[in-house]
Amino acid sequence: MSGTGSWALIEAAAGSLIAHADELTELDRPIGDGDHGINMKRGAEAVLAKADSLAALPLAELLHQSGMTLVMTVGGASGPLYGTLLLELGKALQGQADPPDRATLAAAFGQAVAAVKARGRSDIGQKTLLDVLVPLHQALAGHQPLATLGPLVLAAAEATTPMLATRGRASFLGERSIGHLDPGARSSALMVVTLLEALHQGPATVTP
Amino acid sequence: MTVGIVIVSHSPKVAEGTADMVRQMVGTMVPLAWCGGDGQGGLGSEVGAILQAMETAWSVDGVAVLVDLGGAAMQAEMAIELLDEGRRARVQICEAPIVEGAVIAATEASGGSDLAAVRAMAEQLSP
Repeated sequence: MSGTGSWALIEAAAGSLIAHADELTELDRPIGDGDHGINMKRGAEAVLAKADSLAALPLAELLHQSGMTLVMTVGGASGPLYGTLLLELGKALQGQADPPDRATLAAAFGQAVAAVKARGRSDIGQKTLLDVLVPLHQALAGHQPLATLGPLVLAAAEATTPMLATRGRASFLGERSIGHLDPGARSSALMVVTLLEALHQGPATVTP
Repeated sequence: MTVGIVIVSHSPKVAEGTADMVRQMVGTMVPLAWCGGDGQGGLGSEVGAILQAMETAWSVDGVAVLVDLGGAAMQAEMAIELLDEGRRARVQICEAPIVEGAVIAATEASGGSDLAAVRAMAEQLSP
């Protein structure tokens, strides 16, 4: 997965964010500040613009550089949260086999999710991206077949709809946050589904 | 030199207005910088702009940072982690209302208090 193989995954995830930017922004309008899609698209485009310098990097370094790009270009909480996820993932995979085996990836992802929890002072059940990332980590660590992970993350994102937001801008709305899909959970799920498709089925196609 | 003050709002108008209120209180004796907005005319916060503001308001005695909403707090934390190791411990985010916090932190700083005292004074305003 090293070199251009890893880059193809980053490209796929970035492409998915760009393709779904309007949807993510629409989700953010009722319970946030209506800029999630715009912010994520800006970050994705900034990463893609660095193709020349990033495409040949080993996976760990590619994750670090991509994370740093998100930190510097994505506003709001999304930049620090997704930036931290990639930076920590890169840090955890530094010096590991490239591509990593599943156990290594699961452990590294666990470390990255813990860092996101710390950054957001948040955990599962608060209507955030962690409601997708935590179950994904549990499934990865628990040896669930890769084919089940796509449906799992999409369902995990949907499961944020009835939740009461207790972190982030949506928490200001109190009970009015109930009934809306969390945009961060949705963007996480979209990226994961796209990555899985890119890994196993060639070019990515995610339908809304 | 006194502790420096950095104001980070999603809105450049809020950040600048808060800085105006600080200046009215303490004049130019406290290093002060503000940032706000997404860099493209919209609301938001940017790590790069926060780092720039920390540089502008830098003081050997440290810098107290006032933020408005959660995203700005996380962006400011991220910016602190990107500072040189020697500077990192000398920048602290005050959990306080941005306007009142900035004014009282700057007032405390202008009296020569250290960073911990400046932060504690601002955080007394927290609910």
